[in-house]
Amino acid sequence: MKVQVAGENALIIYFGQQASPGISAQVQQAAARLTRLLADDLIDLIPSYASLLVIFDPDSTDHFRVRRVIQAALNELDAALPEAGRLVELPVYYHSEVGPDLDSLANDAGLSTNEVIERHQAQEYRVYAIGFAPGFAYLGEVDQSIARPRLSTPRLKVPRGSVAIADRQTAVYPATSPGGWNLIGRCPTPMFDPQADPIMPVSVGDRVRFQAITRERFLELGGMLEPPA
Amino acid sequence: MNGLRVIQPGILALIQDAGRFGQHRIGLSNGGPLDPEAFHWANRLCGNPPGVSAVEITIGGLLLESDLSTRLAVTGANTGLQINGIAKPLWQSHPIHPGDRIELGFATSGTRAYLAVAGGFDIPPSFCSSATVVREGIGGLNGGRLKENDTLPCRPSTGSGCLRLAPEFQPNYCSEACLRVVPGYQNQLFSKIDQRRFFSSDYRVSEHCDRMGYRLTGPAVHAAVDGILSEGICLGAIQIPTDGQPIVLLNDRQTIGGYPKIGSVISADLAKLAQLGPGADVSFTPVSIEEAHTIHCLARDRFQRIRPSPVDPEGEADA
Repeated sequence: MKVQVAGENALIIYFGQQASPGISAQVQQAAARLTRLLADDLIDLIPSYASLLVIFDPDSTDHFRVRRVIQAALNELDAALPEAGRLVELPVYYHSEVGPDLDSLANDAGLSTNEVIERHQAQEYRVYAIGFAPGFAYLGEVDQSIARPRLSTPRLKVPRGSVAIADRQTAVYPATSPGGWNLIGRCPTPMFDPQADPIMPVSVGDRVRFQAITRERFLELGGMLEPPA
Repeated sequence: MNGLRVIQPGILALIQDAGRFGQHRIGLSNGGPLDPEAFHWANRLCGNPPGVSAVEITIGGLLLESDLSTRLAVTGANTGLQINGIAKPLWQSHPIHPGDRIELGFATSGTRAYLAVAGGFDIPPSFCSSATVVREGIGGLNGGRLKENDTLPCRPSTGSGCLRLAPEFQPNYCSEACLRVVPGYQNQLFSKIDQRRFFSSDYRVSEHCDRMGYRLTGPAVHAAVDGILSEGICLGAIQIPTDGQPIVLLNDRQTIGGYPKIGSVISADLAKLAQLGPGADVSFTPVSIEEAHTIHCLARDRFQRIRPSPVDPEGEADA
């Protein structure tokens, strides 16, 4: 583990070089401890795959003290098993109608469309990070056989709910936005709703499983068929 | 609803308070004023507590009409200010009466101006803040920029007790800036030569400069890797994409990203950067985190030490 300067009031802790459930669990533990130990001196934390950005209040503390608190928090980390986050099931309508990259991804992978769908569903994913846009949860890791790099030219409009793959990551677009991930289906569950409680169905450390649904069920659950552009 | 009605929104006008904090975990960025010094002065000249909602005006062109009595101040970029067609000084609060028209011109120096009223604008917070982040559709009146016929709600207030900031304390906005940088993040992934090139070259603000970040053009620098495992991005972080052209990330930045970063610009200098427009010259110089902290504390003390002086609203000289 390494603590590095990030900015005038920010330090970043690196827990390792790779994403793994074990490292992600350590990031989660450290985040919980630092929230408690730094209390009002903390402005915000950003947990990610293998790092934790700690933003502190320069009006009430300095990096010397924050480093000492971080050291103390890290010394007590259990090298324990990843704690099991909540399991969240997300329904997906997998079809080229809403997932225009599904067929070409299958083709490149040398698989049938159904095999891609099965492999995407077979895995239990972990929420490694939330960011990029409100409610955008980075889930890992998809089976190597269905991993695919981002599109060389991002789409101008990826509709809300689009289920997508980039390398070994997968995600549900929480809102319509530009995006370069490969679209394979669509999820009717809102991923970010300021009016709902909770605002997001998942948080970092949770586990996610996708479940294929029919077109009819997708529409019943409030899904929209709006095409990407 | 009483307040100030938007007759013309101008180029870009946004409700901002001090910013949205503690919401990075659900992917929300900070928002908030790009030039906090000018923002805080606008509120202070209206006798407001720090951080209440004001309007950030980019470049200018805002025209408002009031239906109540209050006090109002404009600070920041030199947009000019007219009340009922009469020029009034910036960095000073002015009495406003029902029917008054408040008009900002277009900035002749600087890029961001701030308009505050006594008591602040009454904007219901979203996620603990009224800061507008257009990309996220969150904050402000409806998550977006001010539009024609919007009403900026506020309460009536007496027009007396106006304040001004003496000219010697007002910042000068120039067309170049030397930005102090705390080296950090992946700076060790940049060779000594690339680091030296970065800190000794002149860069230029490109057309792509907004509240998310400023893209600069100039001598390319390269990290030993193209991408990193996505990680948290702090305010002022300098991202170097594969084309080697730096991007300084500002208040509306994405919270995590996977480009290498050479360090972060200190907050005192981000305001200077945000007051620049396309074509301005920028250079970088390294400072330690300790020095950056001292600069922060000195700036805070200076702000508290300087006192605005009272003005007689009726006897004031025209600007």
